[in-house]
Amino acid sequence: MSATMGERQIQQSGSFGGMSARSDADINAPRIAIRNLDFFYGDNRALKAISLDLPDRQVTGMIGPSGCGKSTLLRVLNRMYDLYPGQRATGEVMMDGDNIIDRSVDLNALRARIGMVFQKPTPFPMTIYDNIGFGVKLHERLSRSAMDERVEWSLTRAALWNEVKDRLNTSAMGLSGGQQQRLCIARTIAVRPEVILFDEPTSALDPISTLKIEELIDELKHDFTIAIVTHNMQQAARCADQVAFFYLGEMVEVAPAAQMFTAPKERRTQEYITGRFG
Amino acid sequence: MSETPQHVVKSYDLELKRLRSLITQMGGIVESQVTLAAEAIMHRDAAAAARAVEEDPKVDALEREVEAFVIRLLALRQPVAGDLRQIVAALKITGDLERIGDYAANVAKRSIVLAEFTLPYSLAGLAHMSQLVQQQLKSIIDAFGDSDADKAMEVWRSDQVVDDIYNAIFRELITYMMEDPRNITPCTHLLFIAKNLERIGDHATNVAETIYYAEKGESLPESRPKGDTSSYAVVRVRE
Repeated sequence: MSATMGERQIQQSGSFGGMSARSDADINAPRIAIRNLDFFYGDNRALKAISLDLPDRQVTGMIGPSGCGKSTLLRVLNRMYDLYPGQRATGEVMMDGDNIIDRSVDLNALRARIGMVFQKPTPFPMTIYDNIGFGVKLHERLSRSAMDERVEWSLTRAALWNEVKDRLNTSAMGLSGGQQQRLCIARTIAVRPEVILFDEPTSALDPISTLKIEELIDELKHDFTIAIVTHNMQQAARCADQVAFFYLGEMVEVAPAAQMFTAPKERRTQEYITGRFG
Repeated sequence: MSETPQHVVKSYDLELKRLRSLITQMGGIVESQVTLAAEAIMHRDAAAAARAVEEDPKVDALEREVEAFVIRLLALRQPVAGDLRQIVAALKITGDLERIGDYAANVAKRSIVLAEFTLPYSLAGLAHMSQLVQQQLKSIIDAFGDSDADKAMEVWRSDQVVDDIYNAIFRELITYMMEDPRNITPCTHLLFIAKNLERIGDHATNVAETIYYAEKGESLPESRPKGDTSSYAVVRVRE
């Protein structure tokens, strides 16, 4: 006689293994490598020894309270500060073997490679078509048909073509805020940059326009390396592959977005993203 | 998390505090259910058994309350990082506690049947096992209250002993049943009681794992040694 237990042991795991963020941390090789970057507004050291990679064809979100240096970092990346005396950067921002903050690097060529989209839509007071063509003409000579193609390509990539294709020769000022911002994105990608910098691109937009821009960023990252500064933490969580947290001019932590928002390593990050900064 | 500063939005802190207190309250009731169930077995105390069973609807109601509250917090606060882990942990822990409550109620119900029989042997093993499980449960509820991942780890490690005792009881009961078929009814109930206690231990270790994740942000490194070998056990009659 034998007795065996037919009772099935139901394995109940208390593990959060599937939720642990580390597994989906696929971060590409850097397109831009920032090393030991300092930035000064006069005597004020606004960035302190920043080292950060912008991974190729991925989105880097930059978060932090006002004045933490995140927008300053974007301004350094396409040398916006060159316009202002008394502002200077030291360290390295390497792109294809060049330190792009070095004065020997041509500014116009650099701006064609690294485009920027600002907080408020800034269409030029001209037609939709000319808004796109304006920047392209600075860098390239295109035939009329090639330019037509470029305008359509840019507007299509910016998810605006269907809305404006019948009114290309009307003023861009007649577009809605969300459309104007997508026009600015179209204008930026029209010169076919490698990197696009977004400085709070949706802070002036309604929620649906915001989601359209986010969807667009998701689409654009297949071809472009993207950095986005945002005050909206959920936006960083939704858009970014990796997220960097800045505080008082320092980069406190950088991590894949899923890890950043489930288990950040640094106490200051945790306090900021959970709304405990006081 | 106790040393972390407060949220800028104070009502959020109050909500998280309330969530914790719901879990602690639920833990307290479940703990008393297990204690009552153990008393019912050891002292043939039908009144204790009845009280253990009566607590069950309260536990179920608390579970529903925690679930609804967690969904509300997820939707309205969009928690991240430590807050998110605490809130998801609460959802998982409430499920484990509810199961523990069910097992305790089941033990209590069986004690009523068991009281009708003359038991063939001592309940010392079972008494020891139930003490260990009650200690596990108490420690894990304390660990939750104190946000103490190390204490949770202790419970997680201690479950092996409970499993070992269960395996011994299993073999012992099978032997008694083989000796005399009249033992089969009470011994089967005792077997289920032991199994239920063993499962309570398993759920306590689940809670331990959840607390560890909530506090540390990472899952426990290795999988817990599963000590219940009775699923493979064969007890043969001596020739």
